[in-house]
Amino acid sequence: MENETDHDMHEPTSFWTKYVWSQDHKVIAIQYSVIAILVGIVALILSGLMRLQLGFPGSFDFIDPSAYYQFVTMHGMIMVIYLLTAIFLGGFGNYLIPLMVGARDMVFPFVNMLSVWFYLLAVIVLMASFFVPGGPTGAGWTLYPPQAILPGTPGNDWGIILMLVSLAIFIVAATMGGLNYVTTVLQARTRGMTLMRMPLTVWGIFMATILALLAFPALFVSAVMMLFDKILGTSFFMPAILSMGQQLDHEGGSPILFQHLFWFFGHPEVYIVALPAFGIVSDLISTHARKNIFGYRMMVWAIVGIGVLSFVVWAHHMYISGMNPMFGYFFATTTLIIAVPTAIKVYNWVLTIWHGNIKLNVPMLFALGFVSTFTIGGLTGLFLGNVVVDLPLSDTYFVVAHFHMVMGVSPILVVFGGIYHWYPKMFGRMLNDTMGKFHFWGTFLGTYAIYFPMHYLGVLGVPRRYFAYENYDFIPESAKDLNAMISVMAIFVALVQLVFIYNLIWSLFKGKKAGDNPWKATSLEWQTEHTPPTHGNWGKELPVCHRWAYDYSVPGYEQDFLPQTFTGQPEGQKA
Amino acid sequence: MSTPSQNTGQELQGVSGFVADWSADKESFKVPWGKAMMWIFLLSDTFVFSCFLIGYMVMRLSVSDPWPNASEVFALEIAGHHIPLVLIAIMTFILITSSGTMAMAVNFGYRKDKRKAAILMLVTAVLGLSFVGMQAFEWSKLIEEGVRPWGNPFGAAQFGAVFFMVTGFHGVHVSIGVIYLAIVAIKILKGHYEQSGNYEIVEITGLYWHFVDLVWVFIFALFYLW
Repeated sequence: MENETDHDMHEPTSFWTKYVWSQDHKVIAIQYSVIAILVGIVALILSGLMRLQLGFPGSFDFIDPSAYYQFVTMHGMIMVIYLLTAIFLGGFGNYLIPLMVGARDMVFPFVNMLSVWFYLLAVIVLMASFFVPGGPTGAGWTLYPPQAILPGTPGNDWGIILMLVSLAIFIVAATMGGLNYVTTVLQARTRGMTLMRMPLTVWGIFMATILALLAFPALFVSAVMMLFDKILGTSFFMPAILSMGQQLDHEGGSPILFQHLFWFFGHPEVYIVALPAFGIVSDLISTHARKNIFGYRMMVWAIVGIGVLSFVVWAHHMYISGMNPMFGYFFATTTLIIAVPTAIKVYNWVLTIWHGNIKLNVPMLFALGFVSTFTIGGLTGLFLGNVVVDLPLSDTYFVVAHFHMVMGVSPILVVFGGIYHWYPKMFGRMLNDTMGKFHFWGTFLGTYAIYFPMHYLGVLGVPRRYFAYENYDFIPESAKDLNAMISVMAIFVALVQLVFIYNLIWSLFKGKKAGDNPWKATSLEWQTEHTPPTHGNWGKELPVCHRWAYDYSVPGYEQDFLPQTFTGQPEGQKA
Repeated sequence: MSTPSQNTGQELQGVSGFVADWSADKESFKVPWGKAMMWIFLLSDTFVFSCFLIGYMVMRLSVSDPWPNASEVFALEIAGHHIPLVLIAIMTFILITSSGTMAMAVNFGYRKDKRKAAILMLVTAVLGLSFVGMQAFEWSKLIEEGVRPWGNPFGAAQFGAVFFMVTGFHGVHVSIGVIYLAIVAIKILKGHYEQSGNYEIVEITGLYWHFVDLVWVFIFALFYLW
């Protein structure tokens, strides 16, 4: 390894270099996660406010239509980009990639540090939009022009500008981090760590990062173009248009172009969030079922296949935007094809559990919860992927239910599962089990109670993104009761998350000591000399990898797991 | 459970051989970390420019007003002669030449001839700087003639918008490249890489520079010749 000499271990000494301006991937990961969780709490509160309005219309004076649209927009954008993308790539990716592939750090720690500071800057710019005149943008998280920048949409002055600037900064941050993750996986694996021995967590994050590097450019370009439309008065996305009875100065632009650019980013974005979740769930299920993952190679190829296919399905978000019908045919076909590798993954998770020695630890509960919610969310995807079925369901609560199940609830369950699983490695203490189980059941059953009824609302034709539903004859009275019930459950689930936050802080000081390998897991991060791992991760010698990451319950051995560094022989064959 | 070739020592043929080889427990690309990272960055940047250029093409097909005639707009009056595209031809020539000097710098870098490598890099930077300078001249000429992002006297308003956006974004890339080249050249002259004897950084800088040149070829073709 010629590069290893380049990478001297400068152990930071002062508080500032160790915890603030740190270049250590583990500290950066925690910084990323803490920022993401804090901004996620903001988005959670926003969703609660939205549900208050929908469940009990008119009872809360401070929520007017403008505020409602601002809540919708900021909730969506924060959850998808600033929470899920950031915590999976910046949080889990940063912490786990070097430890799991046996590297001392990311390949360029300084660039990695810049990444987290740019992310913080992006969050600050985004949060600033709450305090500018007009408030944050209310254009919906898809920010479709022309309405996004025209008068009448809340936050069309400052809000939309800050949103676009914040996105551009976030993309710079994600690119700097992403280059590091990909290069580390490709170039800095330890001896014996072939690509086909990597834990699926690394595979998922690796592929998701590649998607991010290739998909975010489209968002970057559309953000720049829309900024020009807004600030300089250009007409990239603006057709000739009347606004408030006046002919605007715009002419000849194409709003559909924005939709294509946005969804060329937006659909891979779904998998940027889903692939790390797939990977982490595979590892959680295998570890806690004490059984090797079923069909490892198939799992890897499914991740790669989903990654490639995710770039050719984007226009299934645009069936009602007005496209050549042949496009609908093409995109419906690719959309249904992408269900094949996804289904393979679900079958493999189930077959991994089959005849396993299942330990219902908290991380395992969350992983099983994910398989359930993801299957439900995936099945409704088959409805929406077909053009003819999508047309009546489009822009109803069916869509809201679908994407919340499949890319809201499912990945966030994995985030929780991952935190319960790796917290002992990060801080040396276990999270409290009782609080964890309460958190799981509250979240799992609560989210089902929220989103399952939404499918019925959608089939009834209740449109999404409406502030209130008075005076629509086709919406029966019962839908309002259902909405009230959903809102109560949403508030309940939000409160349950307080238990989780409390657990995170409480366990930091009072949690049970974890030891080096509390889950008896095989992958490299559990084989470090110290817990939490010290700067440089591995002491003097890098670990050497001798086997894949899933040697659980191998016949002929005394212990039921063989770490990737294990070199011994089966009992019977010892000399 | 790993790649079969490692367990059995057999050479695999065809696709599985490629996969086994590429996924083995070594660096996937036999290049330094910095170079691999630059490759991946340039791949990502390719997507940025592709999105810009595809957006431009879609725009050009969808606008209702006629698109300005490039050879008229970008013509110069020199000594009483009306010469179309003359400035842009010179700019393109300079940028392509700078790719040549960059390639020579890489060559001398590998021979550890640090003086020549650094001087050639500085020459490349000066050529890049003159490119940016001429671009500034071109911009100010167009602005004088009334071309603005939101409209122009020659035709479709999008012409100015796309032109300033894409050439501006490319110009920023060239400017960053000039700074990058200057920093590396000065570091070379100061003997920063003497200890390791590793002058890969020259080639990594060169990768970026060639990429920026290559992008220009596409911008040139699509803006000035279409």
